[in-house]
Amino acid sequence: MQKRLLLGDEVIAQGAIDAGLSGIYAYPGTPSTEIMEYIQTSEEAWGKKIHCRWSANEKTAMEAALGMSYCGKRAMACMKHVGMNVAADAFINSAVTGVNGGLLVVVADDPSMHSSQNEQDSRFYGQFALIPVLEPSNQQEAYDMTFYGFDISEKLELPVLMRITTRMAHSRTGVRLREKRRQNELRLPANPRQYVLLPAIARQQYQKLLHQQPVIEQEAGSSGYDAFIDGTDPSLGIIACGIAYNYLTENFAGNVCPHPVVKLSQYPVPAELIRTITGKCNKILVLEEGYPLVEAQLAGLIPHPGLKICGRLDGTLPRAGELTPDIVAAALGLAKPADRPAPAIVVPRPPALCKGCGHTDMFHVLNEAMKDYPPGCVFSDIGCYTLGALPPHLAINSCVDMGASITMAKGAADSGLSPSIAVIGDSTFTHSGMTGLLDVILENTPVVVVISDNLTTGMTGGQPSSASGAIEKICLGLGLPEERLKVLVPLKKYQTENVSVLKESIAYAGTSVVVFRRECVQTAARRVRSAGKQ
Amino acid sequence: MKTDIILAGVGGQGILSIAAVIGWAAIDSRLYIKQAEIHGMSQRGGAVYSHLRLSDAPVASDLIPTGKANVILSVEPMEALRYLPYLSGNGWVVTNTRPFVNIDNYPDAVSLTAQLEALDKRILVNADELATRCGNSKAANMVMLGAAVPFLGIDVGQVETAVRNIFERKGNAMVDLNVNALHEGYTTAQQQMSLRSANPPAS
Repeated sequence: MQKRLLLGDEVIAQGAIDAGLSGIYAYPGTPSTEIMEYIQTSEEAWGKKIHCRWSANEKTAMEAALGMSYCGKRAMACMKHVGMNVAADAFINSAVTGVNGGLLVVVADDPSMHSSQNEQDSRFYGQFALIPVLEPSNQQEAYDMTFYGFDISEKLELPVLMRITTRMAHSRTGVRLREKRRQNELRLPANPRQYVLLPAIARQQYQKLLHQQPVIEQEAGSSGYDAFIDGTDPSLGIIACGIAYNYLTENFAGNVCPHPVVKLSQYPVPAELIRTITGKCNKILVLEEGYPLVEAQLAGLIPHPGLKICGRLDGTLPRAGELTPDIVAAALGLAKPADRPAPAIVVPRPPALCKGCGHTDMFHVLNEAMKDYPPGCVFSDIGCYTLGALPPHLAINSCVDMGASITMAKGAADSGLSPSIAVIGDSTFTHSGMTGLLDVILENTPVVVVISDNLTTGMTGGQPSSASGAIEKICLGLGLPEERLKVLVPLKKYQTENVSVLKESIAYAGTSVVVFRRECVQTAARRVRSAGKQ
Repeated sequence: MKTDIILAGVGGQGILSIAAVIGWAAIDSRLYIKQAEIHGMSQRGGAVYSHLRLSDAPVASDLIPTGKANVILSVEPMEALRYLPYLSGNGWVVTNTRPFVNIDNYPDAVSLTAQLEALDKRILVNADELATRCGNSKAANMVMLGAAVPFLGIDVGQVETAVRNIFERKGNAMVDLNVNALHEGYTTAQQQMSLRSANPPAS
């Protein structure tokens, strides 16, 4: 048996390769990015011709994965939690169509928002879609679950959601690998009509999905990933979901919890396991990363006499933020070690744009061009340039979701705000900005769209951007008049002329696009280094 | 055997390379390991850390509980102090003394030195200087790793093998630089420890 030191994300990638994956589709997003990156750099994956190119966004990724599954092959779609909102239409409907080849959707949630704008819990999406959800408690389980996930996906003919969180995605450990499986041959679905969600067919498919619900629950109860572990002290029973199980056992000698425990790594929650633990314990503590999904199911709306449910809802655990061994220890009432505070001289060190970054020069131009206007006129988006909201730039006023800068600027302009500016990166533009720009152009809304093009997807580590070499053609193709498109180089030496071009665009009573284009300093440095090696 | 290590520094200082070397050495030594790290936005010149846990028995949590770390290994002095809440009562702080100043309100040198000198169990190393002496200041992270080796519970030879393996694909010059840096740090830490045991601090 081989043992390799891998990140949680890499474990899932290797598991998928070993389980007979034919293609992975994804858009970069912390903490999910390394799943695709691992497969892209795996010689084994190239040898097996596994498709591994980035998609334009999570929706196109989800749909392409469904198309591969339609052909009988095993496919995986990977994204961060907020990417699931983008993919949701395809995701929810893929549960109604059902699948042919195994389809595993891996979503990495980011509780505590280490690198995200919210901490939504993707388990709700699985529940919403009425499909099996896997939540591995450790990396070995994550590896094994990729095999199992493809298996039940093919057995139940449903997509399967694997939900992980930051500490699983970005923690490394030794993992034992299994014997590898072959990919599936191309084989069209026996009933291709199932993919035609006309109302009459959709109603049949939905009934089929509803009838499968007890089977899905039985599967969770019998796979072994959910388990009841008896304890000597029934004064408290504990339900621990995913990696919360580790934070629980961490607090006891030999990692053995004295209380009865239900370890949950697969959903829907098997009712039988819950009956077992509530039959033994009158007080239940629910430990789960993210939202109180299980706790709310257990508590319901009406009180259960003689049963007390504790967790995030009753204040035993904080309502927000990721769990830690310390937070779990406090919920268990265990003694904590003496405080050893950091000295007062320690100050925060927030992230900042790199030295020499083109976004910085773009913000200098923008702030200069906007200095005679009141604040509050610049909408922005998701990427490194979101740091323009912080000192010293204080240049932008919004960061909501991918592409929202352009459409929010439109709504603001429609309300009478003038000027109304959108600042968006190149990769975010092709992810979800293009359709919004079409809305703006169709009405010739007075909005200046600044596309800060660093020729890469910078914040997630420099993945290729679908926008590279295509931005001008896209804008013109959407109907932007050629004279309203300007392309500038954000360098200090062009500051004066760049400011005057931007000011002219701001003064124009219609739609303009101003592209600031200079390669990301990080990817440029990497390119020079790798050229030097060759 | 159980060693819990907080790795600390600023994005780009190479703490993930330190983690990779220790990880390799741990797997070679047939130890259990978990190592949680931070990716994404905070890497842009922000404070970064990694929780690294080594044990001869399976490790439960990916995160180290507060007050339980045996070692804080930091490539930057203020960052070493940031994670003191994680350090156990008899834990060691092994840190580079060369500040990385990319913020306006960085503490002044006198207060920073005073805080470091106030630590009971400490190894203070000017890693940039020692790495430069080895040939390149970029090997400062390997100097710091060397300085922490006495506290890891892994033999220095195992760590050296891991350094050789990790840097192999970057060529012989890089291997030599990093191996020398590792030993430079290791020697410095041992000198400081023998000096301290010859002249224990007055209590």
